[in-house]
Amino acid sequence: MKRLFVLVVALLFAMPAFAVEPSEMLPNPALEARARDIGRALRCVVCQNQSIDDSAAEVARDMRRAVRERLAAGDRDEQVFAYMVARYGDYVLLKPPFKAGTWVLWLGGPLVLVVAGSALLFAARRRRKIPIVPPQPLSDEERRRLDALLKP
Amino acid sequence: MSRRLLFLLPLVTLALMAGFFAWSLLAGRDPASIGSVLVGRPAPRLDVKALRDGEPPLTDGLLKTGKPTIVNFFASWCTPCLAEHPLFARLAERDGAVIIGIAWKNKPEEARAWLKRLGDPYKFAGADLEGRAGLDWGLSGVPETYLIDGQGIVRRHFRGPITERDVNETILPFLKGGK
Repeated sequence: MKRLFVLVVALLFAMPAFAVEPSEMLPNPALEARARDIGRALRCVVCQNQSIDDSAAEVARDMRRAVRERLAAGDRDEQVFAYMVARYGDYVLLKPPFKAGTWVLWLGGPLVLVVAGSALLFAARRRRKIPIVPPQPLSDEERRRLDALLKP
Repeated sequence: MSRRLLFLLPLVTLALMAGFFAWSLLAGRDPASIGSVLVGRPAPRLDVKALRDGEPPLTDGLLKTGKPTIVNFFASWCTPCLAEHPLFARLAERDGAVIIGIAWKNKPEEARAWLKRLGDPYKFAGADLEGRAGLDWGLSGVPETYLIDGQGIVRRHFRGPITERDVNETILPFLKGGK
C-alpha cells in the first residue's frame, strides 16, 4: 500500500521528458522559461507533429539554439516566431495563424455547430407548433366493429 | 418534399468527401510537405567558412553575379547526396553550371575526403559545421538544392535529392533562361 502511494506520488510529479539538454539551457531561468514556451509551440520540420522541444532531431536542436540566441539578443517572443516563419513558413507553427488560407480550419468547427444547432432548434420549434388534438370519439359503426372484434 | 431532400444530405456529404480524397490522390497533394517560403525572395544570407584550405569565406557576393547559381547543401554521411552527386558533376562539367556546395554538419576533413573520392563539382565550397547557414536557408536536412537567379532571387528549392528529371525539366532550362 505504501509502495503504491509512493508510486502514485512519483507519477503525479513526473514531468514529461523533453529533448532539451542541460547544456543547451540558458543560465537565466526567466529566458529559459520563455524559450520552453516558444519551443513547445514550434514544430520540428522533419518529424511532423513533434515540437522542437520534444524532438531529438538535429534540425530541432539547431532551432532550439536559435530560439535561445534570439531571446538572449533581446528579441520579443513574436520576433522569435517571425524569425522561424521567415525561414520555414507557417509550417513551423503548431498553432496555425488565422488568415485567408486557414479560416476553414478555425471557423469550420463553430460553423458546423451553429448550422446543426439551428437546424435542431428549428425542427424542435416546428414540432411544438403542431397542435395536439384529442382523438375523435368513435362513431357508432366503429364501436360495433370493435365490440365484434373484442368479443371472444 | 424538403424533408425528402434532407435524406440526400449524407449522400452529398459522401460525394464531397470522395471528391476531396480523389483530388488529394490524383493531384499529388502532400500534406507532409513543408514547402518553401524562400522561393521568389532574395536568397538568405550566405556567410560560411571555406571548405577547402586557403580559400576565402563564402559571402552574399557570390549570389548576385548576374549568372544563375546553384546552391547545394550536402554531407558525406548522407546517402541521397551520394545518389545525386553524379548529376552535379555532370552539370558542372558538361553544362558549366556554377555550383556552390555547402557541407552541412559535416567534419571538413570528411567532406573533403568525400569530394576527393567522388570528384568535386563545386566552384565554391563552404563548411557549415554547426548548421547555422542551414537554418538561415530554411534547411530541413540534406540534400537540399536552391536555384538562384542572377539577381540573387531564389527561383526553386528542392528538398531531397535532385533527379535526372529535375535536371532536364527544371535545372537546365533555368541555367539557359536564367529564370
